[in-house]
Amino acid sequence: MKKVSVTTAIMVMTFVSLSAMSCKDSKKEHSVDAMHSEMNHDEVMNHDNLNTPNDVVDNNVQTSDAKQVMADYMTLKEALVATNKEDAAKAGKKLESSLKSFDVSKYTAEQQKELKDIIADAIEHAEHIGKSEMDHQREHFKTLSKDIIDMVAITGTENTLYQQFCPMYDGGSAWLSMSKDIKNPYYGSKMMSCGKVQKEIN
Amino acid sequence: MKIVKIIALILLVAFVGIQFVPAELNQSDVVPKTDFLLVNNPPENISTLLQESCYDCHSNNTSYPWYNKMQPVAWFLEGHIKEGKAELNFSEWDSLSNRRKASKLRSIIKQIESNKMPLESYKSIHKEAEFSEEEKTTIIQWITLLDDSL
Repeated sequence: MKKVSVTTAIMVMTFVSLSAMSCKDSKKEHSVDAMHSEMNHDEVMNHDNLNTPNDVVDNNVQTSDAKQVMADYMTLKEALVATNKEDAAKAGKKLESSLKSFDVSKYTAEQQKELKDIIADAIEHAEHIGKSEMDHQREHFKTLSKDIIDMVAITGTENTLYQQFCPMYDGGSAWLSMSKDIKNPYYGSKMMSCGKVQKEIN
Repeated sequence: MKIVKIIALILLVAFVGIQFVPAELNQSDVVPKTDFLLVNNPPENISTLLQESCYDCHSNNTSYPWYNKMQPVAWFLEGHIKEGKAELNFSEWDSLSNRRKASKLRSIIKQIESNKMPLESYKSIHKEAEFSEEEKTTIIQWITLLDDSL
């Protein structure tokens, strides 16, 4: 009788481990690239796509996608000024998703290449900000700010932006603001007014 | 007493059983053209530091001690390596744009400076992976130079 129960136990354990194995193998990642098919569709529609992008870019109209990215960036900056980790993480996640849905097809081929590069980099920083501690969020905000400044050089801006600079944080770090007043996102209340306006961007 | 024996037996069987679960080993014989060390050709000492302290989780080739090929250790490692490579994969270094390389280099410096990398759990088994203060300075200096050259 004892033998039987031991044997049963062994069989059960073997069965469990074998089924664990098969479960693991059958896990597959399903990802549907909806974005991609949408983009192809746009290309097909746009017969004269060598000329059209230029018209749009010459007008220097900030697209709604570019505006959204800027708005999310500003929300993130405010959260860092307020030294609020949760809000910064939330804003980081929001920015990440706005960056991921950024449609670059309205720009010239050269600008598209640059933008895609900027976006890929910025997504990584936004993603980290979404899941990190304050000090780490600020580290990533520094490089993210550089990305966003470079992005604005391409997309243009409808609102006047102020590029500001704090010489103390990590050997000197810049950020963008909608207002002239200095509110330092790298230090928050510790050193709120450290910095100066470096450049006005129209 | 009998119960203890049975439990021990069950555990043993379970341990043997999970050994049949295939471990996805992160190993490759080829050094791709995009490899960080191949592209940047750092001095020997830098090369050794990176390989000993970073390459196990941040490249396509992990050097496994025998016990790391056993389950459930292999599972635990598989997760770490996947995560590590997603953040930074030295084997695919040169496929990144200069902007992203610069970003990665800065993150590497920050992680080493703040002792977040290499991970404590990794250093506890790989004593040689831990950077001395001197090694930290050396490697950070070299990476900063590389960043400036981009």
